[in-house]
Amino acid sequence: MFEQIASSVFTTAFLASVLRITTPILFAALASVISERAGVANIGLEGIMMLGALFGVIFSAWTQSAFVGVVGAGLVGVLIGLMMGWFSLKLGTDIILSGIAVNMLGAGGTIFLLFMFTGLRGNSAALDSRMIPALEMHFLEGIPVLGAFARQSILTYVALLCVFLVFVLLYKTPLGLNIRAVGENPHAADSVGMSVRKVKYIALGISGFLAGLGGAYMSMFYSRGFTTDMVAGRGFIALAAQAMGRGEPLGAMLSSLLFGAADALSHHMQGTALPSQLVATIPYVITIIGLSLYAARTIGKVKRARKARAQTATNA
Amino acid sequence: MRGITKIYPNGIAANQAVDFSVRAGEIHALMGENGAGKSTLMKILMGLEQPQEGEIFLGGEKVSFASPQAAIAKGVGMVHQHFMLVPSLTVAENMVLGIEPKKHGVFFDRAGAVALTKEYSERYGLPLDPNAKIADISVGMKQKVEILKALVRGAKILILDEPTAVLTTRETEELFKQLVILKEQGFTVIFISHKLWEVKQITDRITIMRGGKSMGVHTTAGISEQEISRLMVGRDVMLSLEKEKAEPGGSVLNVRGLNYTNQWGNRMLKDVSFTVRAGEILGVAGVEGNGQSDLVRILWGFESPDSGSVAFEGAEILGEPQSWLRELGISYIPEDRMVYGAAGGASIEENLISDRAWGKRLNKGPFFNAGAIRKECDDLIKRFKVLARSRGQRVGMLSGGNIQKVVVAREFSAGPKLIIAEQPTRGIDVGATEFIRARMVELSRQGAGVLLVSADLAEVMQLSDSLIVMYGGEVVAYFEDTSALTDAEMGEYMLGLSKQSAEELGRAAHD
Repeated sequence: MFEQIASSVFTTAFLASVLRITTPILFAALASVISERAGVANIGLEGIMMLGALFGVIFSAWTQSAFVGVVGAGLVGVLIGLMMGWFSLKLGTDIILSGIAVNMLGAGGTIFLLFMFTGLRGNSAALDSRMIPALEMHFLEGIPVLGAFARQSILTYVALLCVFLVFVLLYKTPLGLNIRAVGENPHAADSVGMSVRKVKYIALGISGFLAGLGGAYMSMFYSRGFTTDMVAGRGFIALAAQAMGRGEPLGAMLSSLLFGAADALSHHMQGTALPSQLVATIPYVITIIGLSLYAARTIGKVKRARKARAQTATNA
Repeated sequence: MRGITKIYPNGIAANQAVDFSVRAGEIHALMGENGAGKSTLMKILMGLEQPQEGEIFLGGEKVSFASPQAAIAKGVGMVHQHFMLVPSLTVAENMVLGIEPKKHGVFFDRAGAVALTKEYSERYGLPLDPNAKIADISVGMKQKVEILKALVRGAKILILDEPTAVLTTRETEELFKQLVILKEQGFTVIFISHKLWEVKQITDRITIMRGGKSMGVHTTAGISEQEISRLMVGRDVMLSLEKEKAEPGGSVLNVRGLNYTNQWGNRMLKDVSFTVRAGEILGVAGVEGNGQSDLVRILWGFESPDSGSVAFEGAEILGEPQSWLRELGISYIPEDRMVYGAAGGASIEENLISDRAWGKRLNKGPFFNAGAIRKECDDLIKRFKVLARSRGQRVGMLSGGNIQKVVVAREFSAGPKLIIAEQPTRGIDVGATEFIRARMVELSRQGAGVLLVSADLAEVMQLSDSLIVMYGGEVVAYFEDTSALTDAEMGEYMLGLSKQSAEELGRAAHD
């Protein structure tokens, strides 16, 4: 049985499916990186992705343009992000509560919105929506590893590019410096005349945009059209990926790939001798193991730092 | 600054018609005890607070600062006691926060930031590594970053709020050299401090504040340390309090040879020894930050000392949990009542029974005995005159004085043999203050020992039967009888001008 699994895992096809599955998680994980670094816990990613998935389909059906659909989904994400900011920064609600509200909106509200805009229930199968084209690179086919990139969605490349862009934003621009300063010590930022609120709004907006793209990918490439609950916890897995990646874009990408791989593995192991229910738990078990390792590491680090400080104190 | 008056919404007049003027290119000390109004005055100058009355002139021009940014724009910069830095960013990045140099219009110009930092650090003789992370550098270095941050933003007047409180002796000396260099380059420095020798060493003139009023401006060379101490330390109002003479019994708390180094490596307690006897109030006087709060934190088990012993009725209590200390009969009124004293979101009733909720008296099987609890709480509320709608009211909704009464009601009604009272009347109204003081005296006359730690000189001198004074982490004076003490005498000990002999201090132990 293990041979069977191994032979299916070490293939280009498996790698290709990892990339395919990772893309939406990666978008959301990057979204989480941006907001987290600005000191805002955006737990509404799941809901934003759902709304992005819905509006991507609706906009693309209306305009018959996949591009408009994707950008529209991103802009809906921006709107939701800013709305969360308005609730928590202006009206003073807890950001976690606004996140939960957005998630509920994403779960129930999308069904209502779908019906309102299209008269359809449950899914958008009857809607003539566009799909995001794949970038056909036939010359890569047959080459080990690289072959996995032969037929990926354009958005997958955009996601990989975003890892770089988010890195540049955070570490190479004044805005990124402000985001990091606001997230770590808002008083310091405030004392030099920075508008903490404005920086957080911007971060939430960017965060929403990325999550919206992740949603569009779900309904415009991963599946054909919108169905209820189609994001299926990816927004939360992305939060875990961000935490495991320690808030770094590259780290978030690696953890997203890990979760993507776990998910792909569970798909590939369907039909083996292992019970399918057990196989389906793999991604979630990996999430828990990953987070435990991450927590253990963090605790260890804090302990060491405390020890070092105690050491210097006694030496002084 | 002319005729500045600031009355806070809670009715405390922090500044009353204060005149304060600083000449360009001088180091000007602003001295005063805690609560004298120094911070408020500087907050007004920095645009953090708005005065009710008064005007500010800067170089002859009338100005008013609605925000810190407005003050910074006019060249006033402040180095806060708590640094306003982002730990994971580098020195250079912190330096340019909010005024980042740009490259190609969009990118952050790191090299530019480093160059700017280098340039300022060399020009003003404040050596720094621009690429070091704030988290990795020493407190003294962080302070330099803060000073440079103000200079980069064009500050001509630098306000330093107790800059030496966090520094080691060597770092302090270094800072002084740098301040002199800044002065020579034409900068004006306002130096907030209550350490006499520092002020004597580097300042040109001194403004002394007391009780929200200015006690005048003096040239540093023309005023003696004794004179400063007399102007700084003094009592304004005496509340009346009848107190029988104490008849101290046996020792309750024996503190011997406590040494303590805090997490930043500063020695906060040096060989502290004293004894609290039953039936007396032992006061601990001193300017804040001289080890009193560290002492209390150790006594109440929040910190462990480097060495020394603390014995309650002869048994060592260091390292024991707070629940056991309470079991033994020790009560604690913490300085920060909303953090350690009471739970703001819980009801008066819940706060009152929080130390005795497990007791048989208040329980019936696995459940609370609601009737007994109600009776107990109503009784306490009445006895301690807590003004509240009902015992179910949330403590956070009460006034400061009433919150403190809730804390005191719980602590005093636990039948304590020893009470550790830390700033028990800080920031509360006169009525509650008098009430709490009277109860404290009453308990001590019934045989409890009281350790009263207070920065309020009037309070310690009036309430204490005997008194120790702390300065620089040491006990510098012990008075077995406080009735003949004068403010001037106290001031000299509190500001470190005098110290008793080892023999005199040894009497505090009552061995």
